[in-house]
Amino acid sequence: MKLSTKHLLGIKDLNREDIQLILSTAEQFKEVLQRPVKKVPSLRDITIVNLFYENSTRTRMSFELAERRLSADVLNFALSSSSSAKGETLLDTVNNILSMKVDMVVMRHSASGAPHFLAKHIPAAIVNAGDGINEHPTQALLDAFSMREKLGKLEGLKVAIIGDIMHSRVALSNMYLLRKMGAEVVVAGPPTLIPKYIAEALGVRVEYNLKKALQWCDVANVLRIQLERQNQPLFSSLREYNLAYGIKRKLLESLGKEIVIMHPGPINRGVEMDSDVADGPYSIILNQVENGVAVRMAVLYLLANREN
Amino acid sequence: MKTILSEQQLALTVKRLAHQILENNLSLTNTSIIGLQPRGVWLSNRIVQELKKLVEPSAIEYGKLDITFYRDDVRKSLHIANATDIPFSLENKKVVLIDDVLYTGRTIRAALDALLAFGRPSKVTLCVLVDRRFNRELPIQPDYTGKTIDTIISQKVIVNWKERDGSEEVILLDS
Repeated sequence: MKLSTKHLLGIKDLNREDIQLILSTAEQFKEVLQRPVKKVPSLRDITIVNLFYENSTRTRMSFELAERRLSADVLNFALSSSSSAKGETLLDTVNNILSMKVDMVVMRHSASGAPHFLAKHIPAAIVNAGDGINEHPTQALLDAFSMREKLGKLEGLKVAIIGDIMHSRVALSNMYLLRKMGAEVVVAGPPTLIPKYIAEALGVRVEYNLKKALQWCDVANVLRIQLERQNQPLFSSLREYNLAYGIKRKLLESLGKEIVIMHPGPINRGVEMDSDVADGPYSIILNQVENGVAVRMAVLYLLANREN
Repeated sequence: MKTILSEQQLALTVKRLAHQILENNLSLTNTSIIGLQPRGVWLSNRIVQELKKLVEPSAIEYGKLDITFYRDDVRKSLHIANATDIPFSLENKKVVLIDDVLYTGRTIRAALDALLAFGRPSKVTLCVLVDRRFNRELPIQPDYTGKTIDTIISQKVIVNWKERDGSEEVILLDS
């Protein structure tokens, strides 16, 4: 058994079996991470470059840790200290790196489709670590892994994705994945942050009332308000957003039911989520971060260059 | 096709292996039994079943080890991992590794590597049901052997277990 794709560009390209294979392999890696020695020699002959054209803490560290735990050799590229500042093109930069015998590229870029472009021009396996407002596949995989771990299944699960749906690559990858695995999805947020026709295009339901969405769902995946991608005002103020769509402890308690709260980070505390929720008993945010390493180990392990 | 061990012989062999392990590790103090995933676990389950009749069951420390991530042929083909379950430390333990067929020795090499992730055992011994002694690619030999056989590379040894395959025997296939 192996993945149906050579790269991980988006959840869109994966089928059900691929997703299941990644999640079950991640389970085995999660066990590896509980051992006294948390490192395995699987990728000791593989070299991986982390190309981050956009800022990241969690994702970059998570990928780097996953690579090191698999014994791969790791190269790091950060935009601020690179020759891109001197005007080198993306393709030139990558070809120069590949001529140093690199097998895999983990890439984040602010332009949607940048990893897809690269995949057409270079022989190395590419893992998309977030491209613009398109996809962030490993985040969706670790979200699904965390949901399955907490609630035992994905099939039939009711998931609400809340907040800045328009600019969120996490939302798009999550919607593709959850629909493929048979979960029900509601997107909730202000109308200005929810794309038109999303219900028809992706098979999800749109809900503008936060409380109704929370009453319905088993899991609420709360997104960050991405001010850096909004080039026009889409709501009047952060304070008003918090009043209408911020997740508050009192609101959750008023539901009178079990609910799981997730967030891909970084959190804007007091905007989309209050601190007593982020740090409270409903939240599995730190489990998500822990699971991220195991899921990324699984993806890298399953995609590592092989002669076939 | 040739039968190497019949159902009755297999049952006796499993009993003998259990007794031999006990002979060298009296009451199994400070000893851990580790079955190798996926196939060795069927044999180790049986051996542990026998051992439970011979010593205080709670004295038996039994784990399962998957060596997928430690293989030396990652480049050639993709292997799917099975569960590892070793909820105890192997530091200073006497470890008895159990697998069904010893062939090239590469699985055991990987297992020796994998064991170190759980501590440094004071001693590791190897117990196998079938030893294909002329096909070794590494200097690895078993300490407890069910049956030693002479085979050529094109032949295949199949171990069948009742719960999984419907019948219980070890057979040699020519192909």
